[in-house]
Amino acid sequence: MKETNIDYRHLKQKVIFSLLGITLCVVLLILAVIIYFVVKRGIGVISWEFITAMPKNGMTEGGIWPALLGTFYLVIGAIIFSTPLGVFAAIYMTEYAKKGRLVSIIRIGVNNLAGVPSVVFGLFGLGIFVKLLGFGVSLLSGSLTLAIVILPTIIRASEEAIITVPDEYRNASLALGATNWQTVKNVVLPNAMPGILTGVILGIGRVAGETAPIIFTAATFFTMRLPSSVFDEVMVLPYNIYALVTAGTFPSKQIPIAYGTAFVLLLLVLLINLVAVGLRLKFSQNKR
Amino acid sequence: MDWKTKEKIIKYILLIFAMSSIMFLIGIVIVLFREGLPIFYKIGIIDFLFGQEWYPTYDPASFGILPLISASVLVTLGAMIFAVPIGLSTSVFISYIMPKSIKNFIKPIIELLAGIPSVIYGLFGMKILGPFLKDIFGLPTGLTALTASIMLGIMALPTIISLSEDAITSVPKKFRDASLALGGTRWETISKVILPTASSGIVTSIMLGMGRAIGETMTVLMVAGGASAMPEGILKPVRTMTATIAAEMGETPVGSNHYQALFGIAIVLFIITLSFNIIADLTRKRFYKKVSGK
Repeated sequence: MKETNIDYRHLKQKVIFSLLGITLCVVLLILAVIIYFVVKRGIGVISWEFITAMPKNGMTEGGIWPALLGTFYLVIGAIIFSTPLGVFAAIYMTEYAKKGRLVSIIRIGVNNLAGVPSVVFGLFGLGIFVKLLGFGVSLLSGSLTLAIVILPTIIRASEEAIITVPDEYRNASLALGATNWQTVKNVVLPNAMPGILTGVILGIGRVAGETAPIIFTAATFFTMRLPSSVFDEVMVLPYNIYALVTAGTFPSKQIPIAYGTAFVLLLLVLLINLVAVGLRLKFSQNKR
Repeated sequence: MDWKTKEKIIKYILLIFAMSSIMFLIGIVIVLFREGLPIFYKIGIIDFLFGQEWYPTYDPASFGILPLISASVLVTLGAMIFAVPIGLSTSVFISYIMPKSIKNFIKPIIELLAGIPSVIYGLFGMKILGPFLKDIFGLPTGLTALTASIMLGIMALPTIISLSEDAITSVPKKFRDASLALGGTRWETISKVILPTASSGIVTSIMLGMGRAIGETMTVLMVAGGASAMPEGILKPVRTMTATIAAEMGETPVGSNHYQALFGIAIVLFIITLSFNIIADLTRKRFYKKVSGK
């Protein structure tokens, strides 16, 4: 019978394993094709002027400096709000709370917040920050909205980093008479720092590319001046790409700018992710 | 202040921080319902959910969101048909067949897919995949439900691969050893022992992948074509719930019926993604129970 023939079974295994290998190749190929497309169409547009100049003639010429700066400000703002919030939340869950109902409720909250669609965050930001608190469509509203978007990422990464700090460290500190908080501050946090930093960097990568949460809270397609206060609207890289390809009035001139912007954005995000991966690898080697 | 009171105060301050996620979640629910609930009274919940015409700017306007819900469901299911087989077999390959040294190198590369911003996927779908499908099928436009499905499938891949891989690797080694010792081949061990054990973990990954696909906004806004009529097929332009909110919120006066209807769509969307997440949470718990043998 076929099913008991060992040669047949090994052949079957070989065929299936090859098929599985092919699907992995397909996945890698997709990634390569997308990166190749953006690089090929975008790299020709890049110049020093493209990076550092203001846009000219209604976004048909000139550079993307204000969008780059706007993205930078939004990232900084979101990180300032979400890092302390996320790290302190993680400290509570790992170092203070007893395992039980409260922690599992909090965890359900974190998981579900991570699953909220990005456009819904945008509506929340519109309702709370733009309207209710009166910040208007501004850098501040956008930063706050994005901070909530990346909060789950930062909480999870910090939690993971804190858990991997060995209990011996804590016990040694406590045995020396340190309080729980002193132990956290002087022993646990310094040791968890590389992991927490990895989470923050991943958060930066996410913020830099998010578009839907800021359409109604921070972004504007075109402004002649650089943001001078947190209540100003800002141009941002991802929204610019979207606006240039969908609402541009001179496609022949604006599409290349969109490609160039996409190239810059992709490069930024890939670099940020690479740093995070590198940090994680280095961190896990130190632990061993 | 003695150290005991200080510790207590610190503990409560940290607790407030820890509650932030839940407070934001509740905040989202309050904002959505405050702004969106009135439309359910005005239109009627049945007419809103099952109305087949979405003409928010006509006079008289009609606010039926069935076409938008159908489009979201169509595009998400399409994405899963594409992403589940590819994602699952890739995760099996990475976790059980590939040497560990290569695996440590490949996994971060696949995670890069998750790092690519959605506008860039959108741009790719508009300029490369769309025209390609247009030529193949001889369509009037390349921006269709199929284009959106493929792009969303690609975007859901890293979630499905990464979480399924985690589930498969966390099946205890002794399960595998027992099967191999009984004379099973590696493939038989994977298909008859490992995968059935990991199944609820895999379901979690699929649910989260679906949640990501149905909530994705920018890509579908750019590649799905944007026609708000009832979807007639996979090769026609469609408009999802997320794309409708993103496209129309900017041009509608605050507090108008249209504005409320967009928040109403967000309520529906929020409930759908919330249920995906809850199912994912439940299957995840079941998986840990199964693997830990408790």
